[in-house]
Amino acid sequence: MTRLVREGRRAVWLIARREIAMQLRSKGFAVSTGVIILVLAGYLLLHTTVLGTGARSTVGLTGQASAVAGQLRVAAEQLGHEVRTVQVPDADTGREQVADGELDVLVSGSPSTLRVLADSQLDESLRNVLNGLTRQQVLAAKLAEAGVEDPGATLGSVYTSQVRVDYLNPPDADLDQRLVVGLVLAVLLYMSVITYGMQVATGVVEEKSSRIVELLLATVRPWQLLLGKVAGIGTVGLCQLAIVGVVGLTLTSVTGVLTVSGVTAGALLWGLVWYLLGFFLYATVFAAAGSLVSRQEETQQVTGPMMAILVIGFVIGFNVLLQGATSSLAVGLSLVPLLSPIMMPARIAMGLAPAWQIAVAILGTLAMIALVTWLAGKIYGNAVLRTGSRVKLREALN
Amino acid sequence: MPSTCLEIDRVSKRYGEVVALREMTFEVRPGELFGFVGSNGAGKTTTMRIVLGVLAADSGEVRWNGAPVDFATRTRFGYMPEERGLYPKMKVLHQLAYLAELHGMSIQAAQRNAEFWIGKLGLRDRRQDTVQSLSLGNQQRVQLCAALVHEPEVLVLDEPFSGLDPVAVDVMSQVLRDKADEGVPVLFSSHQLDLVQRLCDRVGIVRSGQMVAAGTVAELRSGAAARLIVEAPDAPADWARGLAGVTVTERTAGRWTLELAPGTDEQRILHAALATGPVTEFSRHKPTLGELFRNVVTEGDAR
Repeated sequence: MTRLVREGRRAVWLIARREIAMQLRSKGFAVSTGVIILVLAGYLLLHTTVLGTGARSTVGLTGQASAVAGQLRVAAEQLGHEVRTVQVPDADTGREQVADGELDVLVSGSPSTLRVLADSQLDESLRNVLNGLTRQQVLAAKLAEAGVEDPGATLGSVYTSQVRVDYLNPPDADLDQRLVVGLVLAVLLYMSVITYGMQVATGVVEEKSSRIVELLLATVRPWQLLLGKVAGIGTVGLCQLAIVGVVGLTLTSVTGVLTVSGVTAGALLWGLVWYLLGFFLYATVFAAAGSLVSRQEETQQVTGPMMAILVIGFVIGFNVLLQGATSSLAVGLSLVPLLSPIMMPARIAMGLAPAWQIAVAILGTLAMIALVTWLAGKIYGNAVLRTGSRVKLREALN
Repeated sequence: MPSTCLEIDRVSKRYGEVVALREMTFEVRPGELFGFVGSNGAGKTTTMRIVLGVLAADSGEVRWNGAPVDFATRTRFGYMPEERGLYPKMKVLHQLAYLAELHGMSIQAAQRNAEFWIGKLGLRDRRQDTVQSLSLGNQQRVQLCAALVHEPEVLVLDEPFSGLDPVAVDVMSQVLRDKADEGVPVLFSSHQLDLVQRLCDRVGIVRSGQMVAAGTVAELRSGAAARLIVEAPDAPADWARGLAGVTVTERTAGRWTLELAPGTDEQRILHAALATGPVTEFSRHKPTLGELFRNVVTEGDAR
């Protein structure tokens, strides 16, 4: 008995090993991994430029205005706005540089009558900082006129006084970044499950159309063939996801797009777990669908309904997440077994999923996997040797 | 070693209303080439698929070494299915080694055997080619390698000779003969009856899911009703009519083919023939396997 179990496992391993070798050797794997990484890098680059202009400004100073450089940097920093100051020889040079985009704004004039030149728009916080500086200069002059002894100290106490703000729900400074990580993860998982699920279906049809399945089933059992194939292709998908994840994590840390590497790493690990759950949930169904037909041309027809469920689920899920990841609809959908593998990891990455919801989603998905695998195994076992015309689902379930 | 017989014992199978096998019974002895003949749809492929466990029988049993064949023993069977099947995109060597491993061989033995059979069947230059790039004849050779690569102790081949050129037929025949000489029971089906007659130790003729005749070619031929050919140019048309136990099956200008009931005295017929005038030919006719087969099949149709 133990010998049989060992032999059984060996066959599954051999089948899985063949799948892995064939997949890794194919051009498709390298190409698709490369494309995903490129798309991801492009997306991040876009993000860097968009985020960069918001948080940082380069300010050119000319003439008397050069005197406010230090004050400008300090005042801006207090408002969380990073300013780089550049000395510009004259106003015309500065004007050109603003036009070229080298400078965000050019500041000229005397400290009490600062003039600002911007291209088409002026950042609100920068405007506030500059307004503050001018007012400070004017106020200092007025204070001096009024005979105040130490205008600097008075000004200091005026400008450091701020309102105190208390929040009922303290905002999470990292929420934006987490949202990005969560959505990217949802897209990656969705694509992986579809791509590698389709690979399973194509592989099953290949074995049927080439008739090798009869030779194989004379020495291994249907469930071994099914399990080996699913495990092998699943491993390849896992490798791809891990490669993409690690490259993505490295890119984001190096470019400084994301400051929440810890969160991202955690999200990636959860992502891998959920990929496995999602893949095993759908892969056996893809295999069962593939086992119904004998020609590669018919694969699309039988996998169609499942693809539709995945696509519709993803589109709805993604939009619900975009509109409000905390909404009860998002929570509810992430607990539905067929949608959990896409919704839940995104919510986990956003830091919005309490432990109990994660547990419920995992248990629900596992139960669904058990049910689906049982059904799909039955269909596969009944249909995989029937070559010729398409096998009807009802016949395959008998 | 009669215990390594492959026994097919009263195996029945029906597909809905269609009866594919009706108590199919025969055995393939060790070291024996057993030729399986019958018209299309007679049940040869169904029998072989049941032997390999690809199809389940409704009743009956397949035994090997005296014990019912189960999953573990089947890994020691070699099989060439009617529908040829190999991974089209896999390289020949890799594919054969993989199949050998699936049958339980170690990776080294699998590699060694794959190389051995590739060499033996003249595919050495093709071992790193994908199967889909090979000619049909070479694909067939790879298919035979696939049946042999794990050193099977039983061989079951469905139409191994179909689509082969004469040289490949010789190679295939020799390989099957060698395997049988090693003591392996070899069961194969074919429509090339002259080939079966020449190659096989025993032959089984199947009709409508039943084994209707099985034995050596000599046994089958002697079992058939004896026939005489008599050429007597001057004999009247009805000269043989009065002879007991004689039926005229064919008559062309002075030449008769007679079928004799068992125990009929041939000499008495010769005398009768000589009484009509000169006899230019008087011979016993042994049917070929093809004729036997046609008889069996037409008998079935007449019923």
